[in-house]
Amino acid sequence: MGFILISLIILIGIASYFLGNLRAKNLRTSNQKNLKSLSHYYGYYVALWAVVPALLILLMITSFKSFFIEQYVLSDFIALGSYTETELSLLFTQIENTALGIKLFDENTILIDGAVNKLNYINKTSENLTYVTVLGLSGLLVLYSLFNINNKLNSRKIVEKFLLVLYFTCSLVAIMTTVGIIFSLLYETLRFFSQVPITDFLFGLNWSPQRVFVREAGDLDTRDLANAFGAVPLFAGTFLIALIAMCVSVPVGLLTAIYMSEYASPKVRDWAKPIIEILAGIPTVVYGFFAALTVAPLVRDIGQGAGLTVSSESALAAGFVMGIMIIPFISSLSDDVIKSVPQSLREGSYAMGATKRETIVKVLLPAALPGIVGSFLLAVSRAIGETMIVVMAAGLNAKLTANPLDAATTITTQIVVILIGDQEFDSPKTQSAFALGLTLFVVTLALNFIALQVVKKYTERYD
Amino acid sequence: MTDRIEQRINSLNKRLNSEKRFRIYCIGAMSFALAWVLILFLNIFSSGYSAFYRTVIQVDVPFLNLIEDTTQFSEMSSEDINNLSMYSFSKKAIYGLFPDIEEKKDKKMLIRLFSIEFEQEIREFLKSNKSNINETETIYLTASDDVDQVNKGNYPRDLDEDKRRIKDIQLLFFDELVDRGLVSYEFNLPFLMRGDSREPELAGVGGSIVGSLFTILVVLILSFPIGIFAAIYLEEFAPKNRVTDFIEININNLAAVPSIVFGLLGLGIILNTFGLPRSTPLVGGIVLSLMTLPTIIIATRASLRAVPPSIREGALAVGATKMQAVMHHVVPVAMPGALTGTIIGLAQALGETAPLLLIGMVAFVVDVPQTPLDASASLPVQVYLWSESAERGYVEKTSATIMMLLGFLILMNLAAVLIRRKFETKW
Repeated sequence: MGFILISLIILIGIASYFLGNLRAKNLRTSNQKNLKSLSHYYGYYVALWAVVPALLILLMITSFKSFFIEQYVLSDFIALGSYTETELSLLFTQIENTALGIKLFDENTILIDGAVNKLNYINKTSENLTYVTVLGLSGLLVLYSLFNINNKLNSRKIVEKFLLVLYFTCSLVAIMTTVGIIFSLLYETLRFFSQVPITDFLFGLNWSPQRVFVREAGDLDTRDLANAFGAVPLFAGTFLIALIAMCVSVPVGLLTAIYMSEYASPKVRDWAKPIIEILAGIPTVVYGFFAALTVAPLVRDIGQGAGLTVSSESALAAGFVMGIMIIPFISSLSDDVIKSVPQSLREGSYAMGATKRETIVKVLLPAALPGIVGSFLLAVSRAIGETMIVVMAAGLNAKLTANPLDAATTITTQIVVILIGDQEFDSPKTQSAFALGLTLFVVTLALNFIALQVVKKYTERYD
Repeated sequence: MTDRIEQRINSLNKRLNSEKRFRIYCIGAMSFALAWVLILFLNIFSSGYSAFYRTVIQVDVPFLNLIEDTTQFSEMSSEDINNLSMYSFSKKAIYGLFPDIEEKKDKKMLIRLFSIEFEQEIREFLKSNKSNINETETIYLTASDDVDQVNKGNYPRDLDEDKRRIKDIQLLFFDELVDRGLVSYEFNLPFLMRGDSREPELAGVGGSIVGSLFTILVVLILSFPIGIFAAIYLEEFAPKNRVTDFIEININNLAAVPSIVFGLLGLGIILNTFGLPRSTPLVGGIVLSLMTLPTIIIATRASLRAVPPSIREGALAVGATKMQAVMHHVVPVAMPGALTGTIIGLAQALGETAPLLLIGMVAFVVDVPQTPLDASASLPVQVYLWSESAERGYVEKTSATIMMLLGFLILMNLAAVLIRRKFETKW
């Protein structure tokens, strides 16, 4: 229904643009009136009146319709007063399905039959009503705005004002998103911390939320809760995997950047740089698959060959692949930073008889250090927030370990493990995922903030 | 005197050697990075290409056993054919390959060489050729995943029988069929057309391709206008004040927020507060648009900033209003940059998995979705789902899905590069 209606509104909008344009031109020629704007602005003016209020009304109707329909259909049941809220919504879905011809009730009581009839009736009426309201409103406003066109109306100003407000609203979406993120994370997190003390979450050593899940919500033991949500093993696992990733990506990324900016001929640069940047464009789920299916067995085999016990979901495999993924983040950023060191510093160093390596290590790197550190920090925040590689290749059980050959789990893995599939929103298990999400959000934001500050504050200005 | 010269020469040699070593480290690091690109691609391609063809086995189906006169099929409607009981008839047709086996167990093993939908396949053949069915028709039936993998050489034949999914007797049947020339390959069209399935040989990416397409469409419809309008406002109209600064900080921060946090936003707000339907491309698209908006806004702003002020001022000088100058002169010039940014943002959204897992786009969906409001998976999610399955056949399917995903991404990035090359003006 929505699609047809929206197309109709757009058609009306296009038609009314031409109507407005035409009327403005007519007014100009027939009455010799001097209109304040160009004719096509009157077209836009009429079209805006035709489309915008109609779409807003349609949006309002579609968002509130289901609530009113449910109230109306269930009115008999609500009047009985013996149903709880969840029972009512379950009943409504059942009635909906019955209306679709699926048999759900053992016997149809009069009440249910009545409700099904009511549903069928209201669905039809509400659809017709929506069409009439929306299209009627649109048509009326077209007429209103058409007659409004006269030599006192400056339609250009109105249209431009509208555009400006529209642009401003769009730029607010970024704020709305941030507010939405913070609100949704904080809301669930606060509910979580009302059941589990924040200190237990931040300093507890045992993470086993499934234990809480198994029991009935009624006999939750508070001591049980306290012992189930200690996030330290997750923090440790995240740190361990990020550390391994950095151990791979920092030397490789930095040396690559040095080669690109100082040694490579323009020709080599031209083809090598885009190829390395491919690594940043590959979806993380591909790395996850690669880590789980190729690298992890390889690491295990090598480890067993050396007489070590290696878990099949070792932190090493996940961290290593994550490190490869991060290489381009470090190499491109550092490359840019090293290249932006002024040529005079290089030439000064060469003039003193320094070799290339000495120039790089003793002059260029210190000069570029803030930018390089900034790129490391950004890479760390990437590694911490990375999800798919660890979900597919790292372990799922939280265990406090510093051994890279052991399975380790991370914050992001646990969020996915808890929230994948169906959840009950009142359980502390589900809420704990939001608490983890908030932690992740705060940490990555802090890292980015610090990275930007480091770059801003310590970058020497050479101009 | 000579001592000091020697010392100098020694130290110089040392320095030159360390210079050489350093250079080798650098080259080594770069080769390491390049090598992994190669390894990754080779690994995926070598295990994935075989999913694009499939094993079929020729079976002679004696339709005369089903009906006295095969011309009668032409008078039957599709529904009539659906109502025909064909199971034992289809089984007998397969037994016809080896008429001399008697034991029930062996017969069962023979049937298992074929995909479990063999009856359905014969029925479909009947439906589409009902006007000219001969007494006996040769039909190509899909082989089971185990046979498919053995035929492609992906499955070791020399394991112990109890460690193998495919049994000795089945291998015997299979080799006999190969000798008779009844086993052949064909292009795996069903893989591209069908939805997911619990049987690897019947599973396809069609559903997730359509799901991805719908998701990207929603992202495009939402994030392209919003992103460009926001960029125009911030770059051209915004007064320098706290609100503007705050918006800017927000956009830069959002670009750095891990994608899974957007999934939590989608779960907490879009699903639970607004009550939009779970598992649908619509919700997935909304979440991913919020994620790609910063990319688009930042790219568009950069290309707006690159438009020289003379263009703006020229328009203003001949009497255009600010809005006219921006919309008629600045924005069209900046459009290639904005489009490039949008395509790169869309490519990011296409490859994103984590937020989709949280909003339930991991459902097992057999049907190809028809609208953005149907439950569906997307290509990367399909990769995740299949990589969790144990069957051998899913490994090549997963790699093939990755190949298609990478193919789409490469196409999109190429388009971005082409647009930039062709339309971007250098000032």
